[in-house]
Amino acid sequence: MARFVHNANVMRPPILLLFAAFLAIAPIAHAIEAGEAAPAFSLPNAKGEAIGLDKLRGKVVYVDFWASWCGPCRRSFPWMNEMQQKYGPRGFVIVGINVDKKRTDADRFLGQNPANFTVVFDEAGTTPSAFGVKGMPSSYLIDGRGQVTFVERGFLDEHKAELEQRIAALVAAAKN
Amino acid sequence: MRLLSIALVAAALAGCATFEPPKPWEKGNLAKPDMQFDYDRLDVKTQQHIYTSKEAATGGYGVGGGGCGCN
Repeated sequence: MARFVHNANVMRPPILLLFAAFLAIAPIAHAIEAGEAAPAFSLPNAKGEAIGLDKLRGKVVYVDFWASWCGPCRRSFPWMNEMQQKYGPRGFVIVGINVDKKRTDADRFLGQNPANFTVVFDEAGTTPSAFGVKGMPSSYLIDGRGQVTFVERGFLDEHKAELEQRIAALVAAAKN
Repeated sequence: MRLLSIALVAAALAGCATFEPPKPWEKGNLAKPDMQFDYDRLDVKTQQHIYTSKEAATGGYGVGGGGCGCN
């Protein structure tokens, strides 16, 4: 009996240690949701100019995380071009954040799918990490004060109309 | 000795846990066509045909089945 008790005592510290180790390495990822402030970023575009949300205050911003290997991203580009063209003059800016590890992959994709909106490059993946991106593509609709008002995960044709409505409403609200 | 071995096991287990799955934006290599199970459609069809024949199962995936191996 005493033996068992002794063993139980011996077991305790390593198990605690084990739990501590698991807790320590558990990823602390916070996914940004609607109503939260958009994390700040400063990323270079193709010309090397730094683009950041702080410079876009007062504008409605649509931040889209995309990659050359992502199928739905390819389908989203014509729509994003259309939105940029339609609402751009009214203070709407699309910032496409590329997360490809190789810049050449992104450039090849952009050759096939021209982007008529701002495209920046984040090879290190610090921005998607800050936003807590859960899937590709992920888009964040941000108002003029830098607050995230809507998060869209994936790109579905049947969501286009709703997204456009949200953009239009936000652009109209920013005007007033 | 016992304590040491338990500590070793704990360390080993924690060591395995440090292998994190890739984040959604890091799946470039996993998205490559060569990483898909159904990269070659003809190969998939052949494999399914053989599988259903050998397993004497009714064919799924749009291929004929049956135990005789003749269809």
